[in-house]
Amino acid sequence: MAKRVGIEVSVAIGEVVTMTNTDVIAAYPITPQTHIVEHLAKLVADGELDAEYIPVESEHSALSACLGAAAAGARTFTATAGQGLELMHEVLYIASSMQLPVVMAVANRALSAPLSVWGDHSDAMAVRDTGWIQIFTENGQEVVDNILCAFRIAEDRGVLLPVMVHLDGFHLSHVIEPILLPEQSEVDAFLPPNDYPLPLDPAKPVTMGDFGPPFIYTEVKWAQEVNLRKSMETILKCWGEFDRIFKRCYHPVECYRSEDAEVLLLTMGSFSETAMTAIDQMRQQGKNIGLIKLRLWRPFPFDEIRSAVRDAEVLIVLDRALSFGGPGGPVASEIRSALYNEDKRPKIVSFVGGLGGRDITVSGFSEMVNRGIEISKTGSKHEFEIFGARE
Amino acid sequence: MAKPEKELTWKDLEIGAVVTEPGNARQYRTGDWRSQRPTYKFDKCIKCGLCWVFCPEACFHQNDEGYFMADLYYCYGCGICAKECPTGVITMVEEEE
Ligand code: SF4
Ligand code: SF4
Repeated sequence: MAKRVGIEVSVAIGEVVTMTNTDVIAAYPITPQTHIVEHLAKLVADGELDAEYIPVESEHSALSACLGAAAAGARTFTATAGQGLELMHEVLYIASSMQLPVVMAVANRALSAPLSVWGDHSDAMAVRDTGWIQIFTENGQEVVDNILCAFRIAEDRGVLLPVMVHLDGFHLSHVIEPILLPEQSEVDAFLPPNDYPLPLDPAKPVTMGDFGPPFIYTEVKWAQEVNLRKSMETILKCWGEFDRIFKRCYHPVECYRSEDAEVLLLTMGSFSETAMTAIDQMRQQGKNIGLIKLRLWRPFPFDEIRSAVRDAEVLIVLDRALSFGGPGGPVASEIRSALYNEDKRPKIVSFVGGLGGRDITVSGFSEMVNRGIEISKTGSKHEFEIFGARE
Repeated sequence: MAKPEKELTWKDLEIGAVVTEPGNARQYRTGDWRSQRPTYKFDKCIKCGLCWVFCPEACFHQNDEGYFMADLYYCYGCGICAKECPTGVITMVEEEE
C-alpha cells in the first residue's frame, strides 16, 4: 500500500521521478521550480537515483540536452518556470515535432516585466501552440500522479510526444501537503520501460530534425497535428489504468456540483480548490452554480467541454493570463470558439485575474460570479474584464 | 523510400519525420536554385583543381581528359569557382529558361 506522507510538492516530484528510474535530467534552476531540481540533483549525487544529471548554463541548453537524451532512448525529465520556459521556446517546438518524449514539470510563474517570481499562467499560455501535451493540476497529489502518468503517455508507442505538467508556482510547488506516494512495485506495474522505437544508433543510422523543403513541410505538420489529437485516446486509457491501480481518477474536464447548474465557473490549476469552497458557499445561499475544471489543455477536449457546459445559461471563465490587445483570456477565447457553432450554448463571460501571485479568495470568487451574472444580462463593452485591479 | 519524395503523404512519414535512409541528401537537386551556370575555356586550364576545392557544393568531377566540370544536378550557380580559378577558365552565364 502507498503511504501518506507530509511532503513539499517539489520534493514529492523528485521522489516520484526517482521511482520512474529516469535516465537523464537536464535543468537550470529558476524560482519557483528550484526545489524540484535541487532535490533531484541531491538524489543523483547521493546515489539514490542512477541518472545523469546535466547542469547546464541556460534553459535553452537544458531542453536541448533533454532532446539529445530522449533521442538516444533515455527516459528524460526536466523542470522550469516562467522566463525559463520562454527561453526554451524554440526548442519546445523541436521536441514535439521530432516526437521526443520528454517530461517537464512547469511551476507556473508570471512573465517579466515587472520582475515577478509569483504564479500565474502567462508562461503556459505563451507555449500553447508548441505541440506538447499539457496537463494542469490542482493539488500536490494531482501533481505527483500526473507526473507519473506523463511518462506513460509520452513514451507510449502510439503517442511519442513531450508532456508538460503545470503546477502553480508557490501555491503548489512550495506547499507541504499530505501526499500518497506510490510504492515502487506499483510504479513498475504502471510504467513499462521506455522503448523509443527509432533511437540514435550507429548501427542503424537515422537523421532527426532534417531539412523540410516546401514539398514536405505541410505533410510533416499535419502528421504532427493528427498525432497530438489522437493522443487523447492514450491519455484517457492511461488515466483509466491509473484509476485501476491507484484508485484515483482523472478526466480532461472535471465537474463539481455542475449537473443542473444555471451558472458555471471555469478555472484551471490550484485556484479550483478555492473555487470549490466558493461554490459550496454559494450553493448554501441558494445559488444554482457549479464549477468546471479544465485539466487537459492540449489536446483541447472539445467534446468534453461542449457537453459539460451545454445546459448552463452563463459560463464565467477565469484566465490567469492576458492576451494583450486580444480577445480576452486565452482559455475563455478558446472555449468561445469551441462553442460558437453549437445551437445550445451558455453566454460566456471572461475574467482575467490572479496575475503575478495575486490571490483570489473565496469571497473574491463570489464577487466574480455576481459580477459575471450581471455582465451576462447587461452585456459588456469589452471582450473581458480584469478582476481585482484597483481603480 | 519506395516513393519519390515529392509523392510522400503525411501517412508515409516515419515517427518525427525521421529519415531512415542514410545519405539520401544526394537526391536533393540544389541545381534548381541556379540562375547562372559555369562555362569553361579549357585551353587555359592548368588542372590545378582549385575549382574543385572551393566549390561549396563539392560538385566538380574530372572528365576523361582530366578537366574539371560541375555537375549541374547540384551546381547552384554561386560563381565561387569562376572567382577562384587562377587562369580565368570559368565564366558564369545566365540560365536562359
Ligand atoms: S581552377 Fe581553373 S585552372 Fe584550376 S582546374 Fe579549375 S578550371 Fe582549371
Ligand atoms: S557555381 Fe558554385 S556551385 Fe556551381 S560549380 Fe561553381 S562553385 Fe560549385
